[in-house]
Amino acid sequence: METILNIQDLSKTYQSAGHTLTVLNNINFAVEAGSTLSIVGPSGSGKTTLLGLCAGLDRSSSGLVELNNIRLDNLTEDQRAQVRNQYVGFIFQNFQLLPTLTALENVMVPLELRGEKSIRARALDLLDKVGLADRVDHYPAQLSGGEQQRVSLARAFSNQPKILFADEPTGNLDAETSEKVVKLIFDLNREAGTTLVLVTHDLDLASKTQRIIRLKGGVVVSDERTVPESVNQI
Amino acid sequence: MQAPSGGVPARMPLNFRWLVLMAIRDSRRNRSRLLLFISSIILGIAALVAIYSFEHNLKQDINNQAKSLLGADLVIETNKPVKEEALPLLKSLGAERSEERSFASMIYFPKNAGTRLVNIKALEGTYPYYGKIETTPASAGSTFRDHKEALVDKTLMLQFNAKVGDQVKVGEVLFRIAGVLNKAPGQTGFASSVAPSVFIPLRYLQETGLSQKGSRITTNFYYQFEKGFNVEKLVKRIEPRLEKAELDYETVESRKENTGRSFEDLSRFLALVGFIALLLGCIGVASAIHIYIREKINTVAVLRCLGVSSWQALIIYLIQIVGIGFIGSVLGAALGALVQQFLPLVLKDFLPVEITIAISWPAIAQGILLGVIISLLFALLPLISVRNISPLNTLRLSFEETRLFKDPVKWLVYILILLFIFVFTFLQIGGWLQSLYFTLGVLTAFLVLAGMAYALIWLARRFFPSSWSYLWRQGFANLFRPNNQTLILVVSIGLGTAFICTLFFVQGILINRVTLSSSGNQPNMVLFDIQSGQKDSVARLTSQMNLPLLQQVPIVTMRMDEVNGKTLADVNKDSTLKISKRAFEREFRVTYRDSLTASESITEGKWYGTAEPGKPIYVSLEEGYGERIGVKIGDKLKFNVQGALVETVVGSFRKVDWNRIQTNFLLIFPAGVLEDAPQFHVLITRVGSNAESAGFQQAVVKRFPNISIIDLGLVLSVLDEILSKIGFVIRFMAAFSIITGVVVLIASVLISKFQRIRESVLLRTLGASRKQILVITAMEYFFLGSMAAATGILLSLAASWALARFSFETVFQPTLFPVISLFVVITVLTVLIGLFNSRSILNKPPLEVLRNEA
Repeated sequence: METILNIQDLSKTYQSAGHTLTVLNNINFAVEAGSTLSIVGPSGSGKTTLLGLCAGLDRSSSGLVELNNIRLDNLTEDQRAQVRNQYVGFIFQNFQLLPTLTALENVMVPLELRGEKSIRARALDLLDKVGLADRVDHYPAQLSGGEQQRVSLARAFSNQPKILFADEPTGNLDAETSEKVVKLIFDLNREAGTTLVLVTHDLDLASKTQRIIRLKGGVVVSDERTVPESVNQI
Repeated sequence: MQAPSGGVPARMPLNFRWLVLMAIRDSRRNRSRLLLFISSIILGIAALVAIYSFEHNLKQDINNQAKSLLGADLVIETNKPVKEEALPLLKSLGAERSEERSFASMIYFPKNAGTRLVNIKALEGTYPYYGKIETTPASAGSTFRDHKEALVDKTLMLQFNAKVGDQVKVGEVLFRIAGVLNKAPGQTGFASSVAPSVFIPLRYLQETGLSQKGSRITTNFYYQFEKGFNVEKLVKRIEPRLEKAELDYETVESRKENTGRSFEDLSRFLALVGFIALLLGCIGVASAIHIYIREKINTVAVLRCLGVSSWQALIIYLIQIVGIGFIGSVLGAALGALVQQFLPLVLKDFLPVEITIAISWPAIAQGILLGVIISLLFALLPLISVRNISPLNTLRLSFEETRLFKDPVKWLVYILILLFIFVFTFLQIGGWLQSLYFTLGVLTAFLVLAGMAYALIWLARRFFPSSWSYLWRQGFANLFRPNNQTLILVVSIGLGTAFICTLFFVQGILINRVTLSSSGNQPNMVLFDIQSGQKDSVARLTSQMNLPLLQQVPIVTMRMDEVNGKTLADVNKDSTLKISKRAFEREFRVTYRDSLTASESITEGKWYGTAEPGKPIYVSLEEGYGERIGVKIGDKLKFNVQGALVETVVGSFRKVDWNRIQTNFLLIFPAGVLEDAPQFHVLITRVGSNAESAGFQQAVVKRFPNISIIDLGLVLSVLDEILSKIGFVIRFMAAFSIITGVVVLIASVLISKFQRIRESVLLRTLGASRKQILVITAMEYFFLGSMAAATGILLSLAASWALARFSFETVFQPTLFPVISLFVVITVLTVLIGLFNSRSILNKPPLEVLRNEA
């Protein structure tokens, strides 16, 4: 199977008050295209930092990050932005919708950025899929948390990414809404054949992915393949 | 669109249309705030557009009214008796010709025995050929020429409560006042208050006895030519003959240029004052955008995540600023077009033409362009940090401001701003050096104020008053806590204060300088044009009236013909000669005496009090003048004393205290040379009161009508009037800066409200009372306002001292009361605006505030 994400000897350190703080130490793993993966671990274990490095949001201190066979650490920030626009989708814990754009406009942004044509219909279709056909002209502040995360989902899938990074996607939602959003994530992912990398401390959610990498103190403590619980059963 | 695996995707097109769309979308919920930010530049643009429009209209009006400015097609003038050989030429020119002789003389109103020094204009012919002498009644302007009648300036009529039909005595002749002189061609209201005019028919001049030999009379010949006649060509042809006869000339074209040039200076000065208002506004823009961008970090980070490049993110916000800068500039230009209507009212006393009020599109375009450029330049400073916002902020907020030294683009923007100020100033005043001084001055003021702000932040932190009550400590700590407004408020309020205060001080210095010289036992009355035969009688009269004879000085007029054997023609030919042309151009008023006065001291060479027969005549020059015309001790100077040539040698240089009211001279002859030359005398005395002054003037005018009297008390009041008019113009322009300062203050305080709102609400939630929040807010603004005002005042004290010391060469004694008042007003205003803006937090429940502000 084709590898979409390849991490080798990855480390991230920060200089703080004259001391070197190692957040990630010598991480190695590879992710196959179309698979689902969870990165779990307690607070401060380096999950979010690892996600940022994998998605090209930050530079590593040492080691290699290859996304879709492109070495990210050799690219400038603007080149990484192009990579993100072409291959990557994001879902954030706090939704990160642009507050001054309507739901529809938020979904359209990645496509507009690529200069694509007839995007409105595609964006409307995605919003329909996440059940927000009647809220397309609402601003984020006029939507509930669950609705905002669904808009965020529609946006993440709008550019037909090869890989989707989700950072605690249900962290700000109640249990019932969380379930609906998780179902949507996995449904859309399966439908589009996208690779999913999920960062969470919610083991129930992690168990729905095919593979779980556990982090502790900046190192991988386990990397296990699972038989994922069917999302449809939830 | 997607690239195959392994390759970096192709660079996405810039897609400007999308960037504009995104800029518009992003501004949706911030437009009123953006407009508030940009409001700081509205007044600056308004001031500049008003001045540019005024300048533009004035230029057109001067062009349109140029003929009536001069009143004729050509004027030939001289301040010497007209030479016989020039008469045929003068009589041969033009289709129509008028003659006017003007000179300073006393007039006397028999009705109330009032006297005053005026400018007599004895006129013959039908001048003016263009425009008219405006009088009340209107017909008087032409009818007075046929009778023994006079036109008397309106200020004189008012001063002496004279009516049409009353009499006025000029020299020995009584004239009936035919009308009130409202305006003569080319005359400004300003000129009429300095030297009010009285027109009389020329044919009575001889009878007045005022045109004796030695009187300083200017003769003007006014010509009208047939339509289509080329006057410029004519003057070119006759110029050598005119020069030979020592006659000057002025044509419509040359008057147009001269008038235009003098008003260019005025409008350039006013434009600089307006520019300062604009710069002040720009500080407001820069600080507001700084805060705005801080609030946009998350949006930019999300956009970056979605694939927007750093430059695209920057361009989105640049588009917003250009858009809002354009709207602000259009509003400013519209306001400027409105304000322009009032400028002629403010400046009317200084204008020789009627100003038409028309919308000047070039001025408006200039203002809008300037507004957009300057708002963009100043907004760029905070905006360029957008490039450095990392997409990682979507995962965790960690916006660290890039250090100036780490971002060379920031330096580039600073240089661009300075360059812009320099180029703009250069375009206004046209001198590299002055533009450099202005730019450095602005830079210094900014640096000093910013330095003071940083010092305040450091001191507040270093010497934190831990023993103060909680509320005071909280207010005080706001000076240095994150998101503080110390820098921006100290700079903007401080600069505004410094500007207002300096204007006030300079006005004080100018008035002080004049009043100082007229106080105490200083002389305050000067009698001149005393003929040699009248000298003793006038002195006797003065003594009889118990007035002191403070000084009696003979004065001889002469011109310089040669310096070390070189004439003006030689100097013109040979540019290597270090002799100033000016030396040959002026008419010297020279005295002769055998000793120095108390206000003089020799700085170089030797003083020769008396000329010895057979030896060179040693003259003494004022040191500065000697330096200016480039002569040394021992140089030979040849003077033309009204026809007689006198060879002299520079014997000494003198230092002269010009601030004393007495006759001081650039050039002094020793006794024994000029005693028989045509001369007049000057007498200086001191009168105690207005009544004494009037009595003495009446006595002198009655017995010696040719003698002119300068009453320094009157000069002072005229000067005071002029200064207050100029002061009004300056204050009018300064008002733009002051109001801009207030707008920047309101905008800055409003922005700080956005900064402080969460913590104030949190304090409210934790149980802080309305009064407690009020005290904390008031304390913060009190510290900021007082510090900024104090810094501004200190800055202006330094600037005014430097101006007094180096420019006006006088002592600087600031009056403290108005300064203290200004300090209090600015501090109180800052506190009030701060409290006014915080009222929503104080009056509403915390949750409601949070919801509204979210």
